[in-house]
Amino acid sequence: MAAEREPPPLGDVKPTDFEELEDGEDLFTSTVSTLESSPSSPEPASLPAEDISANSNGSKPVEVMLDDDREDLFAEATEEVSLDSPEREPIVSSEPSPAVTPVTPTALIAPRIESKSISAPVIFDRSREEIEEEANGDIFDIEIGVSDPEKVGDGMNAYMAYRVTTKTSLSMFSKSEFSVKRRFSDFLGLHSKLASKYLHVGYIVPPAPEKSIVGMTKVKVGKEDSSSTEFVEKRRAALERYLQRTVKHPTLLQDPDLRQFLESSELPRAVNTQALSGAGILRMVNKAADAVNKMTIKMNESDAWFEEKQQQFENLDQQLRKLHASVEALVCHRKELSANTAAFAKSAAMLGNSEDHTALSRALSQLAEVEEKIDQLHQEQAFADFYMFSELLSDYIRLIAAVKGVFDHRMKCWQKWEDAQITLLKKRETEAKMMVANKPDKIQQAKNEIREEIEEWEAKVQQGERDFEQISKTIRKEVGRFEKERVKDFKSVIIKYLESLVQTQQQLIKYWEAFLPEAKAIA
Amino acid sequence: MTKEEFTKMKQELEAEYLAIFKKTVAMHEVFLCRVAAHPILRKDLNFHVFLEYNQDLSVRGKNKKEKLEDFFKNMVKSADGVIVSGVKDVDDFFEHERTFLLEYHNRVKDASAKSDRMTRSHKSAADDYNRIGSSLYALGTQDSTDICKFFLKVSELFDKTRKIEARVSADEDLKLSDLLKYYLRESQAAKDLLYRRSRALVDYENANKALDKARAKNKDVLQAETSQQLCCQKFERISESAKQELIDFKTRRVAAFRKNLVELAELELKHAKGNLQLLQNCLAVLNGDT
Repeated sequence: MAAEREPPPLGDVKPTDFEELEDGEDLFTSTVSTLESSPSSPEPASLPAEDISANSNGSKPVEVMLDDDREDLFAEATEEVSLDSPEREPIVSSEPSPAVTPVTPTALIAPRIESKSISAPVIFDRSREEIEEEANGDIFDIEIGVSDPEKVGDGMNAYMAYRVTTKTSLSMFSKSEFSVKRRFSDFLGLHSKLASKYLHVGYIVPPAPEKSIVGMTKVKVGKEDSSSTEFVEKRRAALERYLQRTVKHPTLLQDPDLRQFLESSELPRAVNTQALSGAGILRMVNKAADAVNKMTIKMNESDAWFEEKQQQFENLDQQLRKLHASVEALVCHRKELSANTAAFAKSAAMLGNSEDHTALSRALSQLAEVEEKIDQLHQEQAFADFYMFSELLSDYIRLIAAVKGVFDHRMKCWQKWEDAQITLLKKRETEAKMMVANKPDKIQQAKNEIREEIEEWEAKVQQGERDFEQISKTIRKEVGRFEKERVKDFKSVIIKYLESLVQTQQQLIKYWEAFLPEAKAIA
Repeated sequence: MTKEEFTKMKQELEAEYLAIFKKTVAMHEVFLCRVAAHPILRKDLNFHVFLEYNQDLSVRGKNKKEKLEDFFKNMVKSADGVIVSGVKDVDDFFEHERTFLLEYHNRVKDASAKSDRMTRSHKSAADDYNRIGSSLYALGTQDSTDICKFFLKVSELFDKTRKIEARVSADEDLKLSDLLKYYLRESQAAKDLLYRRSRALVDYENANKALDKARAKNKDVLQAETSQQLCCQKFERISESAKQELIDFKTRRVAAFRKNLVELAELELKHAKGNLQLLQNCLAVLNGDT
């Protein structure tokens, strides 16, 4: 379909157009006229009008080539390297290197290395920008890391601050490497800003990690036990994945809010994200209203593609949930296995001590040592199970919820269009009635009024139709991109997970091979 | 249930049955070999009948009365054991053995329990693999993108891995847990032997005292003498055989541990290598595809 080949809105190529764009929340409720009236920051928002008009002049020849390249780039990771300029090679080769490092439970940073290598697929997505930049000689990449969780403050007002480090060579950022301190509510604030701007236009905005009252309270209270450190590590990894997913999206990457989040050292506190604030309660009310609306809207689906896709996503959601439950059970059992192995190791050591035959006693203590090492191995494997497999699944379950949300927005958009059409019809009927009634004295004024109203509603209907088409087009593109991302993500993570299993088996072999001669030596 | 699920379940049940069968067979074998190796027990008529009679033995289980008798006997024995254990032994060997056995028994009990728990969690982890495999299979068959082949391959891998993991857990159970359980009971039996000897010793000492009293009073001396002599003989006989038995116990224990630990290590190695091979093959195929 022709719409699919249209690239996402261009970045910094057309400075003149930015004046016409509006940086507001109500992008679509306002009519076209208000767009021209307010100048604002250079936000390349996903305005349909701008898209079609701006992109149609400008870099048309480049775009044609870009489209081809984009399709190719998404298909094969290996092919990507050959298409690129030689400058890109070192980045590609260095990124995947920290991939297969075993996760050690002591160094909590270790799982971060695993998730950092997920950033390797990040490079493949910035196709368009990158090829544009190639013309300018820039190397395009952006790497985000979230690290160093620190507790700030005391008591119930304490919070964890995370360091967000960005390494990039994009020209839209002022520096090539910078880091800022952010807290969890800042991330939530960023997400709510992006969602309010892009969700109802049809873009799939990655969801932020969830709040957890229990976890945070433990941290605040200052319990320095393993469960609170685990909680912080889990959150840190989730925040990193969230940011990486967000910057992977070419449209979201251009957003100034995102840039402000990554760059500016002081960020206004996002109070609206608190559950008990006014905005929080408003959110809950809205959610309830939405749920009711969803049940009452009956949409005439003219496009079978949408129905099919919705069904697919439903199925996928169910399957992923089931798989996630099984993987969580595996993590739990593996942790249990690790604990039991440790207990057994101690018991075997004691048994070895009380055994008075020297060779047997030595063998038993060796057995105890082997089992202790195996217990460490199981613990590491449990970490890998969790951080790679289980978290991937839960991320995708939330992403699919966001996708469903986008479909719902499309339905709402259609509803608005329908309503506009119905109102227009009513107004026309009223006009027709007035024409027939023929009361000359007050008729002229009323006729003018109704004429105005009809014109207003005609415009609204047209706008509604345009909005609906745009959102449908955007959704198609987004879903295509999402599917490609999903395939890539799953493949790379599962392969890494299997590699971790391979490592575990190799270690097991080493340990048992060392023990065997000891056992044979019992005389 | 679909046909695949049915065949899978059937395979699972067969594997479990096989594992339990192997376990029971091994236990019986150890028991019979032990009896056969013992110089005195091997001559027992019951044992010969057991080995040779080629028709159904029709062994009757204990009925309620006998079970109750056993229960009371046990209670009396443990009460008596407490009294008797207070007596200090003349023989160093037996004193040492007693302390050793007490400690060893407790530790073996602990190790046996922990080993059981370990093999059980190993088994539940293997079961999880099974569920993950089926979920991946469902994902693979429903998905429309090219990832479906990928999922199907990984699901297959999980199925095979699971079989290996289940076997690992079964083997650990067989070689380690069963060994420890057996020696738990053996050390209990050895403790019982020591108790019987101490009982004989106490009887002997009592008989001595009775004899002295009789000699002092000059009444029933002959009777006291004969009973004392009987006790003495009994005690000496039991001491002798107990010594032999305990030394045998040690040798047997060392040999059994050696055999089982070596077999455990070999089996773990075999399974880990098999697992590794499986995983590496699968990875090669997956990497080749993508």
